[in-house]
Amino acid sequence: MMNSNLGQTTRHRVEASLKRRYAKERRFKAAGIAATFTGLAFLAIFFVNLVSQGTSAFQQTMISLEINFDRTALAPDGDVDPNADYEAVVRDSLRSLFPDVTDRRERRQLSSLLSVSASYDVKDMLAADPTLLGSTQTVWLSASANVDMVIKGNINRDVPQDLRTVSDLQLLWIDELLAAGRLEKKFNTALFTNGDSREPELAGIRGALMGTFYMLLVTIALAFPLGVAAAIYLEEFAPRNRWSDLIEVNINNLAAVPSIVFGLLGLAVFINWMSLPRSAPLVGGLVLSLLTLPVIIIASRAAIQAVPPSIKEAAFGLGASRMQVVFHHVLPLAMPGMLTGAIIGMARSLGETAPLLMIGMVAFIVDVPGSVTDPATALPVQIYLWADSPERAFAERTSAAIIVLLAFLLLMNLAAVLMRKRFEKRW
Amino acid sequence: MNGNSMDDTNSDKPVGKAVKPGHEAFMVADNVNVWYGDNHAIQDVSIEIQKNQVLALIGPSGCGKSTFLRCLNRMNDSIEIAKVTGLITLDGQDINSRDLDPVALRARVGMVFQKANPFPKSIYDNVAYGPRIHGLAANRAELDEIVYTSLERAGLLQEVKDRLNNPGTGLSGGQQQRLCIARTIAVNPEVILMDEPCSALDPIATARVEDLIDELSENYAIVIVTHSMQQAARMSQRTAYFHMGKLIEIDDTDKVFTNPQHKLTEDYITGRFG
Repeated sequence: MMNSNLGQTTRHRVEASLKRRYAKERRFKAAGIAATFTGLAFLAIFFVNLVSQGTSAFQQTMISLEINFDRTALAPDGDVDPNADYEAVVRDSLRSLFPDVTDRRERRQLSSLLSVSASYDVKDMLAADPTLLGSTQTVWLSASANVDMVIKGNINRDVPQDLRTVSDLQLLWIDELLAAGRLEKKFNTALFTNGDSREPELAGIRGALMGTFYMLLVTIALAFPLGVAAAIYLEEFAPRNRWSDLIEVNINNLAAVPSIVFGLLGLAVFINWMSLPRSAPLVGGLVLSLLTLPVIIIASRAAIQAVPPSIKEAAFGLGASRMQVVFHHVLPLAMPGMLTGAIIGMARSLGETAPLLMIGMVAFIVDVPGSVTDPATALPVQIYLWADSPERAFAERTSAAIIVLLAFLLLMNLAAVLMRKRFEKRW
Repeated sequence: MNGNSMDDTNSDKPVGKAVKPGHEAFMVADNVNVWYGDNHAIQDVSIEIQKNQVLALIGPSGCGKSTFLRCLNRMNDSIEIAKVTGLITLDGQDINSRDLDPVALRARVGMVFQKANPFPKSIYDNVAYGPRIHGLAANRAELDEIVYTSLERAGLLQEVKDRLNNPGTGLSGGQQQRLCIARTIAVNPEVILMDEPCSALDPIATARVEDLIDELSENYAIVIVTHSMQQAARMSQRTAYFHMGKLIEIDDTDKVFTNPQHKLTEDYITGRFG
């Protein structure tokens, strides 16, 4: 009797509370969904903004000109003269399209429709193919950044002439060229083949990309072996005592140290004390390996801890030495986790800017670096430099460089995921 | 548990015969004590392990039988808070002495674990691992020979001979455990320690492993920890009963199960606790 009563009350109470419990669950779920979508929304805004600003930089306006490779002007001695006045050749070609422009000041305005690189492009073209001598060719030459901005609609034609970088006359010529089909947007190869430049239409990210590449090379070559060795020692060999606790706390703290502090350390130790070259990817790589080392150690230790103890016991039980257990069993099983940690550390280094400012990688460097000791800059620093430039054309290039940086980050994270999938062993 | 049996627990000497006459004592544990920090896990245990015999260690959970087993090949070394005292000799040699390397000891005293733990390598490499690290085979042909005979003696060869390159982790639970046994005997140890080798297996796989252990006892000294009293009764020649870190009774298996001398042993095997 007693029991059945009790059963009744339990049932009632459970049923009464069910509604409340489910309501709680629904509220929690709704909060989770709201949080996720807020995050996604911000991400979407960021990407839309970036892509809408940056994609136009992947195209560059070109002007098509009839270039006369005149023998008397360009090869007076029979051979192609590298010191000939190529500028005049290009200038004359452009002027021939507008024969009624005779005023000197107007002529200078006309010439400035072309990029300063136009004459060099013609020179390179002839040097590559001397048989062009004596012929007349239709050549697509880079337009100046101002023309590019007009074509891309980034310059407002409605404001008075004084308030824009392009004169009314230039606008007229641009419209004429456009009508004649001599202005076209083509893929911006300069963005990927050139180093930095003061002229936006000539500025490219190649120098920064190579700088970043050399830097990451130094970083992975130093930080990965050191990090893995440290992790193995700390996990498998080091005795557990006050000292190892101290080391562990310090490594965890190092991972949280602001990166600019590592830059100052690099400046003091590598440049001032060890006299390594300033602005060099070598020093950048050294600083970034200091920065990445704790990340790799922590990830590698976690990977080692995840190796099932039963596998280690089996090996020990067969009489394997500690070293054999580590190299035959622990390391192969922990390697995917270690590699993932390393790639995530590398991805973090890829985006680091602050420490590189400290070691002089923020300098304006036009040449593409050819080794780890050449002066160089890095992709995030290039973005910082361009974002600081007043020219309108640098704004879209900044976004384009960010898109390239994000693409590399995405690739590296994808590589981490794939590597994990590929090497992960099940037991 | 009544007051009497508590008193019995505290008596120093275990009851029964520690040695079966006519058999050579091969491994001797004398007054072994183990501490895990402040926890006195094993108290004054003395046992003799004999060749060509199966010794079963039984007792309720946490009684120290696995701990004792792990002392015999120094697997407790890796647990930093564990402290082992007392003398354990293998063929007259102190296994805890500085002269004896734990690596050399474990080649002579093999171990099979509760949960089958094949390496995530091929079946062949699993069995070949021990011989390889100890340099037991001079060439590939010898290694093949060792692998095949070990798998044969573990009763696994017929089932896996066509897929030696498949991962050992792809076998069924019972096959995995026999693979682990093959891996252990490939090193040709003198003593095999088994820590509840059948606890994760179904009855059919268990029967196969028991048969295997029975056959192996012709060549090896085997110490097996088990929770199954039927298993101890079926397979072992001698049985030791542990209770709360102490050895309560050790004698011929028939005698322990039919006529236990100690109240605690009787309670345990008749299922009154445990």
